[in-house]
Amino acid sequence: MSSREEGLSGLVDLPSIGQLISLLERQGWRVIGPTVRDGAIVYERVESIDDLPRGWTEEQEAGRYRLKRRGDDALFGYNLGPQSWKKYLHPPEVRLLEARRENGLLKILKQSDPPPRYAFLGVRACELAAIAVQDRVLVGDRFADPIYEARRKNLFLIAVNCAQAAPTCFCTSMGTGPRARQGYDLAITEILEGERHEFLLEAGSEQGASVLGQLRARQAGPADSEIAEKMAEHAASQIHRRIETEGLHDLLYANWEHPRWDDAAGRCLSCGNCTMVCPTCFCTNVEDVSDVRGEHAERWRRWDSCYTLSFSYIHGGSVRRSVRSRYRQWLTHKLASWIDQFGTSGCVGCGRCITWCPVGIDLTAEVRAIRDTPTRAPKRRENRNGES
Amino acid sequence: MAPAPHRILRVKRETHDTFTLTLEVPEEAGGEFAPGQFSMLYVFGVGELPISISGDPGVPGQLVYTVRAVGKATGSLVKLRAGDWVGVRGPFGSAWPVEAARGKDVLIVAGGIGLAPLRSVIYHVLNNRDAYGRLTILYGARSPKDLLYRVDFRSWSRQMDTHALTTVDHGDLRWRGRVGVVTTLFRYVRLVPERTIAMLCGPEIMMRYVCAEIEKNHQLPASQIHLTMERNMKCAAGFCGHCQFGPYFICKDGPVFSYERMKPLLGIYEL
Ligand SMILES: Cc1cc2nc3c(=O)[nH]c(=O)nc-3n(C[C@H](O)[C@H](O)[C@H](O)COP(=O)(O)OP(=O)(O)OC[C@H]3O[C@@H](n4cnc5c(N)ncnc54)[C@H](O)[C@@H]3O)c2cc1C
Ligand code: SF4
Ligand code: SF4
Ligand code: FES
Repeated sequence: MSSREEGLSGLVDLPSIGQLISLLERQGWRVIGPTVRDGAIVYERVESIDDLPRGWTEEQEAGRYRLKRRGDDALFGYNLGPQSWKKYLHPPEVRLLEARRENGLLKILKQSDPPPRYAFLGVRACELAAIAVQDRVLVGDRFADPIYEARRKNLFLIAVNCAQAAPTCFCTSMGTGPRARQGYDLAITEILEGERHEFLLEAGSEQGASVLGQLRARQAGPADSEIAEKMAEHAASQIHRRIETEGLHDLLYANWEHPRWDDAAGRCLSCGNCTMVCPTCFCTNVEDVSDVRGEHAERWRRWDSCYTLSFSYIHGGSVRRSVRSRYRQWLTHKLASWIDQFGTSGCVGCGRCITWCPVGIDLTAEVRAIRDTPTRAPKRRENRNGES
Repeated sequence: MAPAPHRILRVKRETHDTFTLTLEVPEEAGGEFAPGQFSMLYVFGVGELPISISGDPGVPGQLVYTVRAVGKATGSLVKLRAGDWVGVRGPFGSAWPVEAARGKDVLIVAGGIGLAPLRSVIYHVLNNRDAYGRLTILYGARSPKDLLYRVDFRSWSRQMDTHALTTVDHGDLRWRGRVGVVTTLFRYVRLVPERTIAMLCGPEIMMRYVCAEIEKNHQLPASQIHLTMERNMKCAAGFCGHCQFGPYFICKDGPVFSYERMKPLLGIYEL
């Protein structure tokens, strides 16, 4: 896919980003982008350049997030907030069906309201990778989830290359960033050099090239793409968090009974924050409700977390009753069993689970601890699964 | 994705808490299934739950389920009557290896409600009697009042080249049969390891004991032993994540697995 059009690039000024938003809106897209709300940068509908987090950045560390002024006019001078795009592609709450009981007959009513055509503005490289992971899980396997599929298929993706990294980032370990290489319609590199404030736009699809053609873009030269490459190198050089992925799958499979799981369980509150903020976590629960007269019923699907006791409940009791087993399930799924299931890691290195863990549990540190002291002789305990 | 409404033709009481529902399959739904597969049954406004198909695959136009009332959704399912409607999605999941078992002896080991998903394979073997060797059915229930399919069982035990044995964990005053867990029935059977395929369904703990018994004391390789796994299920399509068991999704990779694949995982506490 390297037609001449897709290789198209151009330089635009600050107001053009506003024009990009209105252009997409006019053509029927609902533009979702970064905006400041309740002390964080979140992804919401943006209608003009004023909605963007101009001049804002954030401080992130394990268990810590704080907005901060940058002292310049950067539109994309932050890294990642608590939300990911899964909020739109895989909604937190969706009605799956409506049913009616009429004259003793059961009628299942199909859901039909079509989802909006979304344009995502400001998708980081790790987030593009996360969308690719969810594509694999929700449409690329035996069954396709119609809810995700309908939202995904009309998407316009505008990536933003990172000019800096947060201390929680480790995309370089997971091979997902910091520069967007594929999977976007347009990619933005924000160039801030002295007085210069410009945006290098690169098209990654025909759709992207066509939108770029409608903006008043100045020709970009090799020097501009060089700047973009340098910025990515600079961002990469700021990344110090690391996971050694070599042999990680086998390491975790050999350490189901490692004492570190007990240690992590002593700290973990089993709150499930990490699963909510993670851009690849996809688990859901389904709930059925009916009206008092028993004539109308609905089924709702909501995000769920493997940290809840009810998640693994079967008649006789939950399978994963200890926090130890639930933390182990989450981490082992992300980094190991995901690979068996979908041929890719379930972690893209965005660091959100580290930032948003109230007690600052850091998966990279947990993995390192296990790697440093692997155990091979599992301590066997009697399994009570389904014993009832 | 959406359940298709099916009408209940019959409800048969099997025991004090277990009922068999026969559903009429609407023409457009087809109703084909392979023994071992399950459906998601939807009870209006109450919920949806995974239930194995326990009927005869040779009888088209109907779907049969045997349900033990243990909670909210199963409790309301067994309260339904002929003429009521349930929603059906499926069939889902892997099947018993009936093709691989052709020409071989078949060993069925069931505990409790675990006989339900195995009944369809028993029907299949009896419908194609010449294609299979000796059929051995070992069935354990908690007590005499929990024994399922009594009429079927008597007819199976009268079939040629079929050996059907029952035991209960705890007898009662009138019980004249065997008492003991299902593994105690193995003293009455002799298996030819080279040509036996075993199929197991029951509580996980029971299946682990039975697997160990037939692997060690009867020299059956793990690849010839098959079992069904049970986990919480919300979607049956690989989306909800609830049914994960290590690298597997029970709903789409299972529920029937070879013991060879399950063995490394079965002993891991709270996996
Ligand atoms: C592949 C498969 C095949 C099955 N086949 C049969 C069968 O043929 N006959 C039969 O009687 N039972 C079968 N079961 C078990 C049956 O699905 C559960 O007993 C039933 O879901 C319990 O629901 P409840 O609402 O009545 O119980 P509650 O205890 O009220 O359960 C509440 C919720 O927990 C979940 N849950 C509880 N127990 C289980 C369980 N064992 N498995 C999965 N989810 C559970 C359900 O989502 C349920 O709605 C099967 C389970 C699986 C996974
Ligand atoms: S596991 Fe953590 S670092 Fe990895 S993708 Fe999920 S939230 Fe990001
Ligand atoms: S690891 Fe942290 S964020 Fe995840 S459940 Fe435990 S306490 Fe919550
Ligand atoms: S039941 Fe939902 S993933 Fe298996």
